[in-house]
Amino acid sequence: MGNFIEIKDVTFSYVNDYDDPPTKNTVIRGVSLEISKGEFVAVLGHNGSGKSTLAKMLNAINLPETGEVIVDGMKTSDEARLYDIRKTVGMVFQNPDNQIVATVVEEDVAFALENIGVPPAEIRERVDNALKTVGMYDYREHAPHKLSGGQKQRIAIAGVLAMQPECIVMDEPTAMLDPIGRREIMNTIKQLNAAGVTIVLITHYMDEAAEAGRVIVMDDGRVIADDTPKKVFSKAEMLKAVGLDVPNVTELTHRLIDEGLDLPDDIISEDECVERLYELLKKG
Amino acid sequence: MGIIRTENLTYIYGEGTPFRHVAVDCVNVDIDEGEIVGIIGHTGSGKSTLIQHFNGLLKPTSGKVFIDGEELFADKSRLKEIRFKVGLVFQYPEHQLFEETVYKDIAFGPKNMGLSDDETDRRVKETAKMVGLGAELLEKSPFELSGGQKRRAAIAGVMAMEPKVLILDEPTAGLDPRGRDRILGMIKEYHAEKGTTVLLVSHSMEDVAKTVSKILVMNDSKVFMYGDRSSVFAKAEQLTEMGLTVPQVTRVFDRLRAMGIGFDDEVFSIDYAKDLVMRLLKEKRGESVD
Repeated sequence: MGNFIEIKDVTFSYVNDYDDPPTKNTVIRGVSLEISKGEFVAVLGHNGSGKSTLAKMLNAINLPETGEVIVDGMKTSDEARLYDIRKTVGMVFQNPDNQIVATVVEEDVAFALENIGVPPAEIRERVDNALKTVGMYDYREHAPHKLSGGQKQRIAIAGVLAMQPECIVMDEPTAMLDPIGRREIMNTIKQLNAAGVTIVLITHYMDEAAEAGRVIVMDDGRVIADDTPKKVFSKAEMLKAVGLDVPNVTELTHRLIDEGLDLPDDIISEDECVERLYELLKKG
Repeated sequence: MGIIRTENLTYIYGEGTPFRHVAVDCVNVDIDEGEIVGIIGHTGSGKSTLIQHFNGLLKPTSGKVFIDGEELFADKSRLKEIRFKVGLVFQYPEHQLFEETVYKDIAFGPKNMGLSDDETDRRVKETAKMVGLGAELLEKSPFELSGGQKRRAAIAGVMAMEPKVLILDEPTAGLDPRGRDRILGMIKEYHAEKGTTVLLVSHSMEDVAKTVSKILVMNDSKVFMYGDRSSVFAKAEQLTEMGLTVPQVTRVFDRLRAMGIGFDDEVFSIDYAKDLVMRLLKEKRGESVD
């Protein structure tokens, strides 16, 4: 009995058939990772670092060129288990418009359930629960195309939630949302994780990654860091070298440390930053 | 009178249907030529609807829009001309790339304006350079470019039309930190070099804080305020209430002030924050010596 998700020395290439002879673009160059049930993992990396490609390997959208990915004991290359793998790992993508198929919100959330033959009464219950979880229950009879981007994204998440997956992989789910939409999605993620759902969150927002339990940094198809957010973000220079950043409060404390102030180099939350600066600046 | 001015601009979606929605409600703004303005507001606050009026993509339900002193829709024969003055870069503009080569894509707008081949060529080369696309990329298919390059090619296509006003809707959405900095740097450079008016619609207060000089805040289809950066971020509490956030450093220093650390400065950049801390420490030391 291994880990919930095991990625074993995986590589992946995109083949460009337009070129003659076809050219190969290798984007994953030997990645091994284990993810336990119930973890909240953030994956960082600049555009083109291979993180989305890797994410799509977790539910067999992409199959490894070499190596293997095992989800809850199932090899993703085992076509006979495809259905179970996709039931175990759900995916949410960046653009909500590409993920919505129906003309009524609740029908959209029910779409996959109808496809797999869930009884109507249970569909009703699961759809209602999913919509309540993402705070969109009041909009169940609305037309998705009339909703805002943030609302649409929450519908897309509800559609995945209704399938009751054990793990949800989200590929930049907040990229198109406003701050309140982002906060709602982050709250939804934390709430799901607290309820036991394994979360893999791909993001370009450092403050979102700071809220995860573990941060994986990818560069050029390899994992270059895999640790707690505090440990990863304290390596500001390494992150900047690969086109990433640190949360603003981390950047500020690092600059103050450079000025000779005595501050810890692993401040990643606003609360911590306020506390430390207050101690430093208070009178007497 | 400003380059963009609206008079009681109102736009209603789905008038006469149960979905009737007032998206822009009696908006009066006056934006001076040469400004670089951030437009912020929560999703559904009306900012996208508002900017679509600025080059006549939407016709006001009531009220007026003036571009460079001329009223849009007053004389239909002038509409095309006025539209060329306002370049609009939509969200995810790279989805609109369609030509065989990057060069042709950037040249599409200028050609449509009826410019000569020489002038088009000059503009394509100049803007490609400005957005950091090397000459070797111009003959490639836009679909061979990376995400960030595609985005920059799409923006170059609008810049090449040399509009008097450049409007960008969420130009950094979906980009990594380096890509974001690159696009913002490019927009600032374009603004500095051309002196044109730039409107930047963004959800990211960090982006807005480091790029613009003035901010227009939309809330519930109305203009909440239009003013310079510091005066807008000084209203952190109200912005938070309407679903917006001020930059993280601004929040940190607002909290420190509320906890009794004495300073009047409005902080919205890391550099400023660092200098302020050093100054406060110096003052503190000075006082304890007395």
